[in-house]
Amino acid sequence: MSWTRKILRVDLSKGSCTSEALNMDWANQYLGQRGLASKYLTEEVDPKCDALGPDNKMIMATGPLTGTMASTGGRYSVICKSPLTGAIACSNSGGFFGAEMKFAGYDMIIFEGKSDKPVYLLIQDDKAELRSAEHLWGKSAWEADDIVRATHQDPQLRVACIGRTAEQGCLYAAVMNDKHRAAGRSGVGTVMASKNLKAVAVRGTGGIGNVNDAEAFIAATNDGKAALAENAVTGQGLPAFGTQVLMNVINGVGALPARNMRDVGFEGAENISAEAMAEPRKSDGKANLTTNGACFGCTIACGRISTVDPTHFSVKDKPQYQGASGGLEYEAAWALGADTGVDDLDALTYVNFLCNEDGMDPITYGATVAAAMEMFEDGTITTKETGGIELKFGSAEAFVAITEQFVTGEGFAKDLGLGSKRLCEKYKRPELSMTVKGQEFPAYDPRGIQGIGLAYATSNRGACHLRGYTIASEVLGIPVKTEMNDTDGKAELVKAFQDATALVDSAGLCVFTTFAWGMDNIAPQIDAACEGDWSVENCLETGERIWNMERLFNEAAGFTADDDKLPKRLLKEVIKAGPTEGQVNRLGEMLPKYYEARGWTADGKIPDETRQRLSL
Amino acid sequence: MQHIIVGAGPAGVIAAETLRKADPDADIAIIGDEPEPPYSRMAIPYYLINDIDESGTYLRDPKRHFAELNIELLQQRVETIDPSGKSVTLADGASRSYDKLLLATGSHPISPPIPGLELPQVHSCWTLEDARNIIERAQSGSNVVLIGAGFIGCIILEALVKRGVNLAVVETGNRMVPRMLDDKAGGLLETWCKNKGIDVHTSCSVDAISDSGSGVEVALSDGGKLSAALVITATGVKANTDLVAGSDIKIDQGVLVNRRMQTSDPDVYAAGDVAQGVDFSTGNFEVQAIQPTATDHGRIAALNMAGQGDEHHGTLNMNVLDTVGLISCSFGLWMGVDGGDSAELYNPDEFQYINLQFDGDHLVGASSVGKTQHVGVMRGLIESKIHLGDWKDRLLQDPTAIMEAYLACTQELSYQ
Amino acid sequence: MQKSLNIDPGKCTGCLQCEMACSYEHTGTFNPSRSYIKVFTFHHEGRFAPYTCTQCDEAWCMRACPVDAISVDITTGAKVVSDDKCVGCKVCTIACPFGTINYSQATGKVVKCDLCGGDPQCAAACPTDAITYVDADWTGYDRMQASAAKSLPSAEATA
Repeated sequence: MSWTRKILRVDLSKGSCTSEALNMDWANQYLGQRGLASKYLTEEVDPKCDALGPDNKMIMATGPLTGTMASTGGRYSVICKSPLTGAIACSNSGGFFGAEMKFAGYDMIIFEGKSDKPVYLLIQDDKAELRSAEHLWGKSAWEADDIVRATHQDPQLRVACIGRTAEQGCLYAAVMNDKHRAAGRSGVGTVMASKNLKAVAVRGTGGIGNVNDAEAFIAATNDGKAALAENAVTGQGLPAFGTQVLMNVINGVGALPARNMRDVGFEGAENISAEAMAEPRKSDGKANLTTNGACFGCTIACGRISTVDPTHFSVKDKPQYQGASGGLEYEAAWALGADTGVDDLDALTYVNFLCNEDGMDPITYGATVAAAMEMFEDGTITTKETGGIELKFGSAEAFVAITEQFVTGEGFAKDLGLGSKRLCEKYKRPELSMTVKGQEFPAYDPRGIQGIGLAYATSNRGACHLRGYTIASEVLGIPVKTEMNDTDGKAELVKAFQDATALVDSAGLCVFTTFAWGMDNIAPQIDAACEGDWSVENCLETGERIWNMERLFNEAAGFTADDDKLPKRLLKEVIKAGPTEGQVNRLGEMLPKYYEARGWTADGKIPDETRQRLSL
Repeated sequence: MQHIIVGAGPAGVIAAETLRKADPDADIAIIGDEPEPPYSRMAIPYYLINDIDESGTYLRDPKRHFAELNIELLQQRVETIDPSGKSVTLADGASRSYDKLLLATGSHPISPPIPGLELPQVHSCWTLEDARNIIERAQSGSNVVLIGAGFIGCIILEALVKRGVNLAVVETGNRMVPRMLDDKAGGLLETWCKNKGIDVHTSCSVDAISDSGSGVEVALSDGGKLSAALVITATGVKANTDLVAGSDIKIDQGVLVNRRMQTSDPDVYAAGDVAQGVDFSTGNFEVQAIQPTATDHGRIAALNMAGQGDEHHGTLNMNVLDTVGLISCSFGLWMGVDGGDSAELYNPDEFQYINLQFDGDHLVGASSVGKTQHVGVMRGLIESKIHLGDWKDRLLQDPTAIMEAYLACTQELSYQ
Repeated sequence: MQKSLNIDPGKCTGCLQCEMACSYEHTGTFNPSRSYIKVFTFHHEGRFAPYTCTQCDEAWCMRACPVDAISVDITTGAKVVSDDKCVGCKVCTIACPFGTINYSQATGKVVKCDLCGGDPQCAAACPTDAITYVDADWTGYDRMQASAAKSLPSAEATA
């Protein structure tokens, strides 16, 4: 059945760790990870609670395929109410932590309350205990990871922890695991910090031995791996170039936003693209890209491992940053690069290292700096606020300097830690925040690509590409090509992607598999692993149920149709040049159709009959 | 060629097998004086707890193995050897001549100078015969005193605990296994044993053992008294050198051998616990009395007896111990060398310890507690004398990265 | 001709499919902690190195075993542990200078690569051909063995 059927509940106020049975009725309805943990959150947390108060809970959750031989079966998610958006947050991460949790015997860990003092959770199989983390507080996520593994003399201990930005109250701090992987978005790390929980270290030796139909499972996962290997994107593009393969593609089609989305199209895109990463540098003859690396069980291996030129200004005299480390993925390269106008690849790589080391979401961070840069250029913000830094678009030196201040909490850090929405409100320029529900956009301009605009506007966690990656269809033609600038059919497309993604995120799999896999590849793997009916139809319905449940949480938190919107810039300011010149996003054409496709009311509410149909 | 091997322990058996491989036509005889087929003392603890029966201690399948290799197995005591006449005399009066002789006579437990040691309740634990006696007396609930918490004492600890006895251990050193582990590691073992209900007395010796009617009373140097139904002595072993005592063959702590395992008589070799051979780490000649050395000695001696050998670089002193579930090991100069760096991680809460000792940039000694994975690579790093370069600094930061250090220094990992 | 594992660290992505396949073959569970092959990660260099027993000719483990529990599988050349005979004394784990035979607390025995009887599952599961099972002429595996052997004077002295 692949679930361990066990939850670890950690009451940080009391300092207790207890294990309890997984609610299998819910598991059968919500599968695992994103869906199942969101169900627990919905049942146990008041959506109106203070996200950074003791009443919020943080759930680390795996899926039934996490820790199995299914390709990419190593994922886990962090679920809580977001301090950045006030909506439900679910941030998904790879690496090795999730599988280890499973091997220790837990489907989920629910953290509740708040500890008086900094603590970390140590799990060694069925032994779980809270330990003092006074010595870890104030340390970066990398340092904390090293210290915990050294303390327990176990290099195989897998650590998820927060960096200094979370401790300093940055509202978009990530939970970092295995040093370079992040449950990155929506400030889940800030919630962890609010509970005085510095790290979770886990070692599991029990493995997973209860797959429902082992023979069918091996067959289905082998089929799945073959499909990934044969597919051009998952078999060649992603391993060779990573998600960064998109930089030149998206720029080429006229949908790469730049400079706080003031512009579309970035003249420096080539310099920060996958191709640039693979090319030997003029300075030292070595490529930025050292190799590719995989998360647990992943046969795609899109992860970038990069090395900055040791003579580059950003890392010169800093030997700790001269080795190989987590390199730029596309969204980070865009937010840190194109959105700030910086095209110095090594500088961006270094800033990315710092994002990993101190755990801030590089998308929101980059976009927030971009908003600050726009305000700096128009004089709203001056060197007085930035501590003397000339925070201009395109300045790698300024970006590196302000990031180094940011991770240590100096200078302009407090303001930047607010995220762009609060930052722009603070400086009375709310229209400059490129966000939905308070969360920053990723790397696809909705003026160039219509469907992704609808996906952003309706995403349950605020602007996000990973809630319905219509780029696959609108740009890459997967599974079928739809025209970027068409709005027809986009409501249905967005719904289908959202539901399917919700299911994938609940299984323990990586959404990147869906470049090659349809539900007919995924469902048989789940069905062989889990008891119960996991047909294609049931999988899709489960995905839809999960989507609606998340929406209900947000509704109870106070969100309405009025929050399903895009910033005015994307609706009114036309693209000035390039293949998409003259376009804006036509959300108004798509949103009513989307509500209809979802079986919602015209004002975006979920009526009783839809609830009943989905057993909500 | 006539090869005679005196002693049927691991050194003798490995030597016989190696000789057979090297010289298919030679006559090879193993002469041993214990009544059982060749067996392993390392397996005795597992015999004590009924994990295996007696046959599980046998070094090889006695029914087939030796016959198949055409190795003669003689259960006899060798009374004397005559190096000048190149012959040995057996207890039954028969004489056997040899071209090459291997002394693999092993060692025997030392009897500490304690009054009362002759009492019937007092045993050593060395032979299968001893083990049978212990099994008979160490019944669940009875009080047992173990004198000596050295390597031998510690390997039978678990067997005694599992038999359900009330166990007390008395060790004159300031810690358990003082010749294998340092203060911290030995201290961890002591705490561990105490947590398991074992009454551990370190820095303490036994003054006397006396008959108390129902059993014996053990008087301790700290004034304490322990009553016991059974006393087991495990205070170390001494090489069985009696056979050469009257000859010209040189003896020190054991029979002195050169780097070819040759004694001062070129046709007489010695291997295993009886041999005082070269130590890899120090270059000194020492009796190691450990299983891996016995097998290495046996092999090297045999190759040289067959004329195919080379000078040996010395055997590395090393031990692995399972003390009631807590696993420890040590290698080489685990106590360090003058002027050498060391790296250490000590986590007493979880009974974990690792200590590395360097000379320049190579590893010369190591010890660990609570580790079971890749421990052998500590031997590899020490014996290969690999220059660790940068990896020494990394090991100083994180001594658990021994396998990574080994791989990085020996394997081709680069691909750019 | 006998085959051997050919390991090319340059192709390894660190996905651990080999560890899962190995543990599944030997224990029926997906459980890297019980895999006989181990992928070592070199963060600073951005490298991954799968490593397991090279089935070396010296067979340090086999020679050190006091109870004859390790033998050579004549069809594959693998040195194989007999669970029936192994008493768990761990002498082989300190004798093997490569650190590739290890004590398993789960079973109370030592465990090592047995080449899966001639169909090594790690090689079958490797998505990038970092681990292959090939004719044992001059493989990377041989080089691995040779470079390891070269580093050990004790292996040379009595060869």
